[in-house]
Formats: sequence, structure tokens, C-alpha cells
Amino acid sequence: MIHLQLPAALAALLAGIGVYGVLARRNAVLVLIGVELILNAANLLLVTAGSRPGAPFSAGPVLTLFVITIAAAEICVALAVVLVLFRVTGAVDLTAVPDLTDEPDAEGELDADAQPSSPHAPEPELRGQVSS
Amino acid sequence: MTTRDIVFAATGAITALSALLSVTTRHVVHSALWLLVSLGSLAGCYLVLGQELVGLVQLLVYVGAVVVLVLFALMLTRAPIGPHAEIATPAWERAVGAVLGAATTGLLAALLLPLFAGVTVDLDGGAPGGTPAIAQAVFGTWVWPFELLSVLLLVALIGAFAVSRLVLRREEDSTAVPGEVRR
Repeated sequence: MIHLQLPAALAALLAGIGVYGVLARRNAVLVLIGVELILNAANLLLVTAGSRPGAPFSAGPVLTLFVITIAAAEICVALAVVLVLFRVTGAVDLTAVPDLTDEPDAEGELDADAQPSSPHAPEPELRGQVSS
Repeated sequence: MTTRDIVFAATGAITALSALLSVTTRHVVHSALWLLVSLGSLAGCYLVLGQELVGLVQLLVYVGAVVVLVLFALMLTRAPIGPHAEIATPAWERAVGAVLGAATTGLLAALLLPLFAGVTVDLDGGAPGGTPAIAQAVFGTWVWPFELLSVLLLVALIGAFAVSRLVLRREEDSTAVPGEVRR
């Protein structure tokens, strides 16, 4: 016998921790970790609600399996986009504004943690502006 | 407090603590490793709740595949080894994030705890929806969403491949013909 208040409280806690993780990180891969925590809170809530007596169609565990599959697809595409962002801009810092123009000499060279003041890196004063 | 309550409280405490560490640590790689501990102990929580299949799939997909993908992405983006202050937002943004996270927890708890107040499930004779019931439901009621999920996985695979290929070709074009933008 188990009281279902405990998993419900854990789901609420995990969702809050995930929201903090999304908001408190600058690295794009670490933001994805927060997203995974929120998804797992949803999964735990589905399993908890599905283990109530009288839940129809085994909906709790089946939908949990579906959400796990969708999360795997989501993180596959998201990490591909993050890797492309790293290859184009040289950093995965979400607070920096990358230079996304198509000129060949404008891409690359920005390495956030090594030398933020390399000659081709955008100046800090340019942040927030749209360069065309 | 029954035995299952105590076991769930222990695994849930491990889950919550390691999740908290994974979003607050200064080491980039440690963050992914704490996520691994958190997701693994969440699989233990599913076992305590009587859903063996969900727990094992969680172990296979999350611990086995997603965390490995995250670790690969960290390596490919040249994540720094050791403590690094540049992975976190400034202090005021973290304070706002902590307030919003606590507000989310409070809101969900205020909604969910009265909803599940006093509800107990007797799991000692097996969960009400055991693995045979899940199999019946997946290949009966849920068969069309299940087939759609396979299409979704294929689309995600092709999409991830196309994203990387598209940019590769544009880089080659831009290096081959400087000053001219092709698509």
C-alpha cells in the first residue's frame, strides 16, 4: 500500500527544479537537462495518476511510454540544432547574440570561454543589435 | 507510513537531491552525471509504484540513450572540465529562476496534493495495470498512436540528419564561392 501524495509531491518538486534549471543556465545543453527534468515530472505524474484504481485503458503507463519516446526524438533534434549552432558560432552560450549572417568571413572564430576579444568576435556593444 | 511509503520517500529524496545538484553544480560534466543519477533513481520510483515496464524503459531510453547523447553533445561542444562560472546566468536571473521554480512547485503542489489526499493503492498483489494489461492496451486501444510514434521517430532521425547536412553544404558553398550566397 502506498500513499499517492508522495509521488505527486515529487512530481511538483521535479517540475520546479526543471524550471529553475531552464532559467539558470547559459549553456544550451544544460538548458536541455532542465527540459528533461520537467518531462520526467510529467511522466511521474502520469504514472501516479495511472496507478489509481479504475484508470481506464492503462492510460497512465502507456502515455508515459509515449512521452519517453517523444522525449528521445526531441532531444535528438535539439542536440543536432545545438551542434550546428556550435559549428556556426563556436559557442553554445544562449545569452550571446550570434552573428547569423551569411558572409563567409563573419562566421566561426567566436569562442566564448577561450578568448572573448578575438579580432573577429562581435564586440560586447553589438549585443542586441540586428546586423544585416 | 507503510514500507512502500518509506522506500518511495528514500528513492524520491535521492531523485530530488540529484536533480537539484544537476541544475546547480558548476561542473558541466557533473551536471549530466547527476542527471543520470536522478533519472536512474526515478526508474526506481517507478518500480516502487509497481510499473516495472515503465521503469525498465526509463532505464533503457533515458539512462542508456539520452544521457549518453547529452554527454556526447557536451564533449562535441568542448565543454570545459572543472568548475566553470560561465555556464550559469547572472545572480539576479538565478534568483528570478529560483522564485519561478518555487512558484511552480507551490502551484503544482497546491493543485495535486489535495487531489491525491488520502488516496492509497494496494500494490502488493501487482499493480492494477500490470505489463500484460499494458501490452493489451498498446496493441489494442493505443495502436494508432503507437504506429504514429514510429513515424515520429523516423521524422526526427531524418530531421536531425537534414539539419546537419544543410549547414554543411552551405559552409562548403560559402567557402567555394566567396561573396556569393547560395542555398
